[in-house]
Amino acid sequence: MTFSNSVELLSFHWMAYSIYAAMIISIIAWFGYNLTRKEVKSVVRIPFYWYMAFLVAGGVGHHIFTYNAIPWVSQDISRHNITPDASYSFEIEKHKWIGLPKKVVVQCGQTVEFNVKSRDLVYGFGLFRQDGSLVLQMQVNPGTDVNGILDSNDILWTFNHNGIFDLTSTEYSGPAQYSEDGKGDLMLVKNFVEVVGCEGESK
Amino acid sequence: MINTLINGTNFDHKSLNALQKVTLRAVVMSFLFFGLVAVEGMIMRMVVTGPAVNPLPDMFSIPEHYFSIMTVHPIVGIFGSTYQLVFAAFMFLVPFLTKKPLYSVKLANAVWLLITIGTALAWLAAFFWQYAPLYTLYWPLPADTTQFSAIGGIVFILGVALIMLGTLGFIYNIYATIFQKVGVHANKTTKELLISGFGIDGMLNLWHKMTGRQPYSKEPALALPVVAIFRGTVDTFLDAIVILSAGVLVLVYLIFDVSGNPLDVTAIDALLYKNYFWWGLDLVADGLVLIYVAGSWYLLATLITGQKLFMENVARAALMLELLVSWMVWSHHLLADQGQPEMMKLISGEMVTAFELLTQGLALFITLVTLWKARPLKMTMELKYLLGGLVGFGLAIPAAIIQADMGMNRVLHNTQWIIMAHVHIALIVGLYMTLYSAVYVLWPIVTNNTKLWSSKLSNVHFWMYLIGGIGMGAFGGMAGLDGMLRRHLYVNGEFNTLMVLAAICGTMILVAWAVFLFNIIMSVGIKGLIGIFLPAEDKTASYGIEPESVAQNHKV
Repeated sequence: MTFSNSVELLSFHWMAYSIYAAMIISIIAWFGYNLTRKEVKSVVRIPFYWYMAFLVAGGVGHHIFTYNAIPWVSQDISRHNITPDASYSFEIEKHKWIGLPKKVVVQCGQTVEFNVKSRDLVYGFGLFRQDGSLVLQMQVNPGTDVNGILDSNDILWTFNHNGIFDLTSTEYSGPAQYSEDGKGDLMLVKNFVEVVGCEGESK
Repeated sequence: MINTLINGTNFDHKSLNALQKVTLRAVVMSFLFFGLVAVEGMIMRMVVTGPAVNPLPDMFSIPEHYFSIMTVHPIVGIFGSTYQLVFAAFMFLVPFLTKKPLYSVKLANAVWLLITIGTALAWLAAFFWQYAPLYTLYWPLPADTTQFSAIGGIVFILGVALIMLGTLGFIYNIYATIFQKVGVHANKTTKELLISGFGIDGMLNLWHKMTGRQPYSKEPALALPVVAIFRGTVDTFLDAIVILSAGVLVLVYLIFDVSGNPLDVTAIDALLYKNYFWWGLDLVADGLVLIYVAGSWYLLATLITGQKLFMENVARAALMLELLVSWMVWSHHLLADQGQPEMMKLISGEMVTAFELLTQGLALFITLVTLWKARPLKMTMELKYLLGGLVGFGLAIPAAIIQADMGMNRVLHNTQWIIMAHVHIALIVGLYMTLYSAVYVLWPIVTNNTKLWSSKLSNVHFWMYLIGGIGMGAFGGMAGLDGMLRRHLYVNGEFNTLMVLAAICGTMILVAWAVFLFNIIMSVGIKGLIGIFLPAEDKTASYGIEPESVAQNHKV
């Protein structure tokens, strides 16, 4: 099983967690009901060490599963050894994007690097679909090296589906990010990224 | 009814001793702050429902106002309410369980006063000056005087500092009580108490059993819940030191700014600061909360059943493991920080964090088996709330473990998933239902057998609170999966349907709180409520009821 984007991953997650939530609520409810009864037939007997092994397997297995099923994990870890198809660098200062390309057009399957630097506060970098769902995000920390060069916050991403994505900061950096009445996000850049060329998919 | 409202059922505040009164004072303040935090939460919930539904005036949607509410919401909720309630319970329970007097009732009074005043100051800083760097205080935002008033910041930091001083007072009182060489501990050495406090006797008992020897300690010096309090308080101390030192840093910058000589904010590395701050802040969430909660479950299970805890030595040893785990998990907050070393993300952020599934799962197992072995039990209010608390953590812990993963974090970090499906369910359902269970268990002891005005209202509170708490967390969490950010302002109804459902559930929590408060006021009466704050005639700083007697009320 491999998830090609966050839509697939989060749909799976929604389903899996909902089933788990229903299960744990039901188990405790069943437990509560039977605590008041004298004679109860055990449905299943779970030995302690099997239960512990299940928890360990769950905790570790979750990461092994995601490492193998979510492609951006290994790509993120080894991103400095991968040559991207395109690279975009820009900065943020006083809640404004500086040097931002007007639009980024990506061919289906291309791997793109975004390198964002902050001149003042902690911001975020996030791409969103038109329905508001999150494609990817990272934190953008300020800071400089010993030579005064701004620290990089870089992410490598492979786009596997057509789409038009908006950009905004995903980290709170004070109320100045918004218009005075709160109705406008001043860091929102509509239609910043467009992915094209995926066969069999509409725009 | 008016007579009951004024005089209560059979509550007599004059019969309370000093320990009971100081406990109740903090409990009263805690529940008042709970009301405030619920109102704040509802304001934010209503704003994000969008213009078609939101009945509130536009001023709440103004960014400065909205984010100042968001800044004080966790301060009031976690410190003003939760800390007060937990500290009150533990400053009563430690003397109760060790059968020794509390080290200092005066200090206990100072604790609730300092936390109350500190919380009020932080709230006022947000209300009057709209100081809004959020509780995360990501550097250099708290020192950004182009966006925030420096005076507001100074008042806010002083408020938080007072809360932390109160916290240090609590810590001192707890340890001074535990190490007092009086009563059953008159002949114990400090070493024996330390070994027991850290759960080393539990580990040695396990080792001796495995090697076929006699137990290291047949009767440990400290009861298991006291061990949990001892252990959790280590994290409470470390957390207080980190928050205090971060506060001093911000304060220095703000004072220099006010004096006209601003300091260079780039002198502090933002990522290093984040690591330091999250290390400390995470000790609240993954340290003291989980350890205190595990200890509270063990205590409640033994009090409710009147039996020994199942696998007590394992529980003691696991509390030690939990302490070590809590010191090494902070990197799960930094999985979206690209400058954070990958090994720290992998080891601290993913692997060690996953251990919390093990430690909390163990606590859940031990509690459930202890209850199960004592069947049949009466479904009392305390048992209901304890089960509610177990459900809360059963839902909340896996929700966090799922996100503490490099793959999932990329699409869930800073969304409503973590704050609603994890934090709010953990606090509102998991922690608070455990605390409500403790309130119902301790109620007859702390109030000298005051009769609750209405058991029907207790049940209304339970169901509305449980459904409201899980519902709000679930709908908020779903919005997170849909991309809704947690620290972002949405006033145009972007996630309207889920936010309306979350607001309905949030309203249930608020109404449940009002029902609970009304029931308590009707039980103690307004006169009794005022009397709690009057000096105690009986200066006794201990309570001598045998814990076993509490269990008599729960057997069928």
